[in-house]
Amino acid sequence: MAGIPHDHYEPKTGIEKWLHSRLNVVGLAYDTLMIPTPKNLNWMWIWGIVLAFCLVLQIATGVVLVMHYTPHVDLAFASIEHIMRDVNGGHMIRYMHMNGASLFFVAVYAHIFRGLYYGSYKAPREVTWIIGMLIYLVMMGTAFMGYVLPWGQMSFHGTAVITGLFGAIPGIGESIQTWLLGASAVGQPALNRFFSLHYLLPFVLAGLVILHIWAFHTTGNNNPTGVEVRRGSKAEAEKDTLPFWPYFVIKDVFALAVILVVFFAIVGFMPNYLGHPDNYIEANPLATPAHIVPEWYFLPFYAILRAFTADVWLVQLVSFVTGGIIDAKFFGVLAMFGAIAVMALAPWLDTSSVRSGRYRPMFKWWFAILCVDFMVLMWVGARPTEFPYDWISLIGSAYWFGYFLVILPLLGVLEKPITPPATIEDDFNAHYGKDADASAAE
Amino acid sequence: MIKKLALTALTALALTSGGAYAAGGGEQHIEDFKFSFEGPFGKFDQEQLRRGLKIYTEVCSACHGMKFLNFRNLGDEGGPHYSEDEVRAYAAGFDVFDPVLDDTRPATPADKFPPSNLETAPDLTLMAKARAGFHGPAGLGINQIVKGMGGAEYIASLLTGYTGEEKEQAGSVFYENTAFPGGWIAMAPPLEDELVEFDDGHSNTAHHMAEDVSAFLMWTAEPKMMARQQAGFTGVLFLSIFACLMYLTNKRLWAPIKKKAKES
Repeated sequence: MAGIPHDHYEPKTGIEKWLHSRLNVVGLAYDTLMIPTPKNLNWMWIWGIVLAFCLVLQIATGVVLVMHYTPHVDLAFASIEHIMRDVNGGHMIRYMHMNGASLFFVAVYAHIFRGLYYGSYKAPREVTWIIGMLIYLVMMGTAFMGYVLPWGQMSFHGTAVITGLFGAIPGIGESIQTWLLGASAVGQPALNRFFSLHYLLPFVLAGLVILHIWAFHTTGNNNPTGVEVRRGSKAEAEKDTLPFWPYFVIKDVFALAVILVVFFAIVGFMPNYLGHPDNYIEANPLATPAHIVPEWYFLPFYAILRAFTADVWLVQLVSFVTGGIIDAKFFGVLAMFGAIAVMALAPWLDTSSVRSGRYRPMFKWWFAILCVDFMVLMWVGARPTEFPYDWISLIGSAYWFGYFLVILPLLGVLEKPITPPATIEDDFNAHYGKDADASAAE
Repeated sequence: MIKKLALTALTALALTSGGAYAAGGGEQHIEDFKFSFEGPFGKFDQEQLRRGLKIYTEVCSACHGMKFLNFRNLGDEGGPHYSEDEVRAYAAGFDVFDPVLDDTRPATPADKFPPSNLETAPDLTLMAKARAGFHGPAGLGINQIVKGMGGAEYIASLLTGYTGEEKEQAGSVFYENTAFPGGWIAMAPPLEDELVEFDDGHSNTAHHMAEDVSAFLMWTAEPKMMARQQAGFTGVLFLSIFACLMYLTNKRLWAPIKKKAKES
């Protein structure tokens, strides 16, 4: 499959040959599992397996939950309690599903930022990156709709706020909002369709994941040096790579086991830590919670949404220029989606000739600030919209856009990168070879 | 019946309330009560749950319901653990609406507790999970890792947090409470010393009763807590062993590759 030369599956026995001439399924599995993988991958390359595990976990637990859940405004909340109390093991399945969503997002953020640091988005891996961004968007949609299903206070009022965002689109906004909700307000039609889509989208995700894997199996993995695997001959390629099975499967499963220890500690001992207490109150359209806070994984972008209020000069300017079509609310919505869009455009915004951040002395610092910025935005997204949080979120949002739209394009011109090692083998040998001990002792 | 004699006066007081969402600021004070179910190996105290149930029955149930809790769960091990006969007798003390009869009838263990009598009195089944006593600092959630979510602590602090001050606002009486967000609550102080007599002769000061009924409400909110912690512990233990084995496997697997790199 990959352009990296390697052994392919050869049917040996009669039955293998029989099947192979009819359906090359074993060959596909073999090529997928035995893909030559750069041998210098570090521990940030384990998140893909964690994400695959999360998708399977969420589908498996979700399918069981659906067997006991009732998508009706009067019965949904009680049916969740039925799962928590009466269904065998139901409390564990539901808490695993609930916290599984959080694990999913921890992993996806680690995975995305890994890609941003090591330049995994750069040519020739743009398609992998774009599919990854689509996966992230579908994940957010799925998680959001899943959060609506328990029909608690935060489910209900969160839905009202988020679908209200679409209402901010000038002219057609209200029609879109009504179309999304199936009614003019959040109610039975919205619950029913979100339930349907929450079941459907994970399978869309599975399809996108296959495309994502297919794409990076076509280009080969990136690696911490950003240097491509040598492809001149099979012997040369084998100096840079090892087959995915067993070397990386075992490594990834070890990492997954460590992560799952933490996961089970949270599920077992503090399952509601990442949730919001208000969602244990049945939805009541007449009583709005004091603070409507989305789940933690939406907070950075929620902070960007709220940052652009009507008193920001940029918002006023845009509003003036567009004759009021883009008001503060719509500006916020555009900023939120724009924040993800600029990230998706990273392959074309980054002008540097060097792929990996490891060999980019200036980039390293700007990237570190981006990571801090992301955490700050996540924190400020749950704080009230008052001084100084409004300023913090505005500065944080400005940096987010500045990083992708200004810093990435400029750095490629201004920065003098360090020369990366010539081959992956060199990097690996420098790390594990006899010189490595000497340099570590210094 | 006890619960009916119990607090008609209280009902009358609460009836006039316009809703529990009083506006305003004010620092919440949540006392960090010590409960037997805290920590990773915490367990519910059966005697305390029984006392809590008695307080719920004689005091809280005058206004508040628990519509997500089955009577039969009172017989659960790890919970109040009453015998089948005791549960049946207890359930019969409540009237529930039966849609088949289109009338009320005495409850059986298969029924759920009745919902709140008052529209303004929130259901108590999940109250201990629907409130978080501990926050922050600065929205970072560190206190919740250290002290727990604090749902039961919030309830106990609320029940003991009355200052004795009251005020009238838009025809409703509000009571000053140091635990309630905003500082003024529509619920009249429900507990006073020696309000409920316990069979086990346990102290029945308002403070102790607040503790007992909060523990009971933690159980109603999370009856499977002990089973969950058990499962979590097993999961952590099993996966830790598995992780160690995978670590060793991985080390062994990569050893020749790394050795070759050393010789290069």
